[in-house]
Amino acid sequence: MIRKLFGNFGIAEILLAVSVLILVIVVAVPVLLILWTALFVDGSLNTRDILKVLSQPETYEALKNSLIIAAGVTFFSTIIGVFFAWLVSRTDLPLKETMKVLFLVPFMLPSFIGALAWKMLLSPRAGYINKYLSDLFGLDGSLFNIYSLSGIIAVETMYLFPFVFIQVAGALERMDPTLEESARISGAGLLTITRKITLPLMTPSIAAGALLVALYSLAHFGVPAILGTERGIYNIPTKIYEQIYQSGGSFVAIRTGTILSSILVIAAGLILYIQNLVLKAGRFQVIAGKSMRPLLLKLRGLKIPLLLFSILYIFITVILPTVTIFLVGSLKTYGVSFTLENMSLTNLKYILFQWKMTKDAIWNSLYLSLGAAFVTMIVGTLISYTIVKIKVRGRFILEFLGLLPFSVPGTVIAIGVILMWSGKFGINLYNTAWIIFIAYIARYMAFSLKSNSAALEQVSDSLEEAARACGATHWQSLKDIVIPLIKPGMVAAFFLIFLPALRELTTSILLYGPTTRTIGVAIYALNEDGETVYAATLASVALVIIIVGQLAIKRITRSRIKGI
Amino acid sequence: MTMSHVKLQDVTKRFGPVVAVNRLSIEISQGECFSMLGPSGCGKTTTLRMVAGFEDLDEGEISVGGKIFSSSFKKYYLPPEKRDFGMVFQAFAVWPHLNVYNNVAFPLQIRKMPKAEIEERTRRAITYTGLSECAETYPNELSGGQKQRIALARAIAINPTVMLLDEPLSNLDPKLREEMRFEIKDLQRKFGFTILYVTHDQAEAMALSDRILVMSEGNVQQIDTPLNIYHKPANKFVFSFIGLSNFLPVEIADSAVYIEGQHDAGPLNVELPPRTLERRLILATRPFEIDIIREGGVRGTVKRVTYLGDVIDYRVMVGNVEVRIQKNRIKEILREGQRCGLKFNRILWYEHQP
Repeated sequence: MIRKLFGNFGIAEILLAVSVLILVIVVAVPVLLILWTALFVDGSLNTRDILKVLSQPETYEALKNSLIIAAGVTFFSTIIGVFFAWLVSRTDLPLKETMKVLFLVPFMLPSFIGALAWKMLLSPRAGYINKYLSDLFGLDGSLFNIYSLSGIIAVETMYLFPFVFIQVAGALERMDPTLEESARISGAGLLTITRKITLPLMTPSIAAGALLVALYSLAHFGVPAILGTERGIYNIPTKIYEQIYQSGGSFVAIRTGTILSSILVIAAGLILYIQNLVLKAGRFQVIAGKSMRPLLLKLRGLKIPLLLFSILYIFITVILPTVTIFLVGSLKTYGVSFTLENMSLTNLKYILFQWKMTKDAIWNSLYLSLGAAFVTMIVGTLISYTIVKIKVRGRFILEFLGLLPFSVPGTVIAIGVILMWSGKFGINLYNTAWIIFIAYIARYMAFSLKSNSAALEQVSDSLEEAARACGATHWQSLKDIVIPLIKPGMVAAFFLIFLPALRELTTSILLYGPTTRTIGVAIYALNEDGETVYAATLASVALVIIIVGQLAIKRITRSRIKGI
Repeated sequence: MTMSHVKLQDVTKRFGPVVAVNRLSIEISQGECFSMLGPSGCGKTTTLRMVAGFEDLDEGEISVGGKIFSSSFKKYYLPPEKRDFGMVFQAFAVWPHLNVYNNVAFPLQIRKMPKAEIEERTRRAITYTGLSECAETYPNELSGGQKQRIALARAIAINPTVMLLDEPLSNLDPKLREEMRFEIKDLQRKFGFTILYVTHDQAEAMALSDRILVMSEGNVQQIDTPLNIYHKPANKFVFSFIGLSNFLPVEIADSAVYIEGQHDAGPLNVELPPRTLERRLILATRPFEIDIIREGGVRGTVKRVTYLGDVIDYRVMVGNVEVRIQKNRIKEILREGQRCGLKFNRILWYEHQP
């Protein structure tokens, strides 16, 4: 096959080698270095340090918190995600299509900015809602305390439930409606059908979404960092950050970090393994049949209440925090009331044009995310092409390596690149923008691989073969046939990387140097320093860029559909 | 056949501006196998879904055994789960998370029957459909034919008086399709239920049905026995839908029938159409109803000869009009380019439409 395609030059082997090399350097070696550093000191097994770290109460406190947060977030995200997915795809809720789009909006908002907003609204003493309610009811204390495990769980759930929502809504739409109709004609009412047919058939999708939520929340940094550390609530990622930050980046702290990171890697691997098992249980596969309209539950009297409930949910989780950020960002000082004379654009002018720290942060984030998105898109295309299209021996190594970025949490990637690029191997990028750049590539390679593989799988092999049969060289058939066809996938990959990278926090916070703060780091630092107003102003800038970017994606994808 | 069992009266269904089913009235007898035949989008599936209760009616009434099931006048709809029908879908619709036994037992469990009765009825339905070997198997380990047997077993488990079949054989390969036809017929003999059968395959409808309804664009074209549908199609549409067909433009001159503009080829050996003043008509005939003769007849030239296994397919040009003829292999085989004559046996007349 390869010989036929490429003659004896072995381009396939070269492509494979280059792809493997990139993945090994960017992803595999850093992860291996973490495990190595955690296990060995000067070439001998380092059980004493491991035991010491593991036996510290703060370690298992952090581990316990990570698990509690992950369990809580997964539980609530699953319930909310399944409920709303069912509501928009199996009932006659009005404005369904609009609601479907709105439920995905929380995905686009950075959760740490959400946490920032909720801190402003619900912090025990200064939170606007708490203050309002205390005044209203004449209470001494506050009603809500966002600085708690339940606060963290609530905020993370708001921004992670779309993982479940997307999976389940998609599966419900693909599901053959006659599966439900045949239950109906068998005599079952809608509630029985939902319980005995629909929900069991949705189990794999629900599980897949829930495990993704578990994977993210277990290793999530932003929300616990903003809402937890204030009261000494640490999870594993924030513990790692605290250790390294307090010691000023000492090697001992980093080694502790590697031991904690190993726990994250193992947990992530375990979750992915379970997910694989669930997806492999093939007997649940639901084949789509004739596309008939599915059975819709008539909500009758509940129609309007449920619509209002959905709108209220969107209002509370999306609009309220976003508006809060914009309003607080334009206040003259934190804590004053939202009246027109208390607001101005001075803050915006200051952070955009005068303050070097914020100016640098915006600039750094822009070029780092644009650059990383571009490089990752190109490299991802190359690797995906090798995985999907070239039937070369040894491809399975690539497939395995390609899976790695999906499972490695951002904190772990940061520690990995620190170990790899701080001079140990002759190159020292520590405290430069390059180390963040490399970390972004590793962090977002998964998105590029996913998007590009999906696009490439759509391109039938015969299209390329037809081009070759017409006399095109391999390169020509790539350039004129394959790349034009997968361009939408490549563009999608670019934006899928650019937008999250722009507001990245988890990795950058461990890697930034004096001149290489990013937007995420700057917002975090401003918040830590008590500059809540400036933090909000900078967050508003980030939100504006994200909203504009999302609209651009919409425009691009829509014109693409028209074009075909 | 006794009194009318399933009765549709002036049933109309609109999807936006499209009239999917237009004032359809049928009466189906107890124990009858009634097919609805037509191209996709003709309204046959919509009709079945209205009978099942999945679609409501814009106008009309549906009653079963004298009881009203759906009525647009009375704004009454018995929900599908209360109709006690058996139904089989094209895409099998067997539940992948339940094994064969539990798929079949489901409608009985829903009805909260005693355990022993569920067991007995399920076993019987499974035996009748030839699934006894794989009662504990999950559907995805079974073939398409077996999946459709599960669906059949599930439908007969409750002993329904009416069975709705929505293209149940279209997802099966041709050989299996033929086998299953007989099995459905056998089950009907055994249980005596009334069948409403939707299909786009005329051979299937012919083989199974007592009566066939041919539909097009929501309108009834003909309701009749398979024999009459084939031999006395009500119109050109039914004629062409039910089998291969020639529609030849002809004109009448000097009390003889000629193929339009081909007077040189000679007159057709057919009687003049009764009581017509039209000079131009359409002559409809099936490829099998034309004989090829050496001398006489309408003269033409063999344009193409195709071997279709048992049958040989000829395209004969009479001037610029193409006539399709099919003959059994045993007959003498003509070569392309050869001159020949055509003799018409069974024909039908339709009006000429410009």
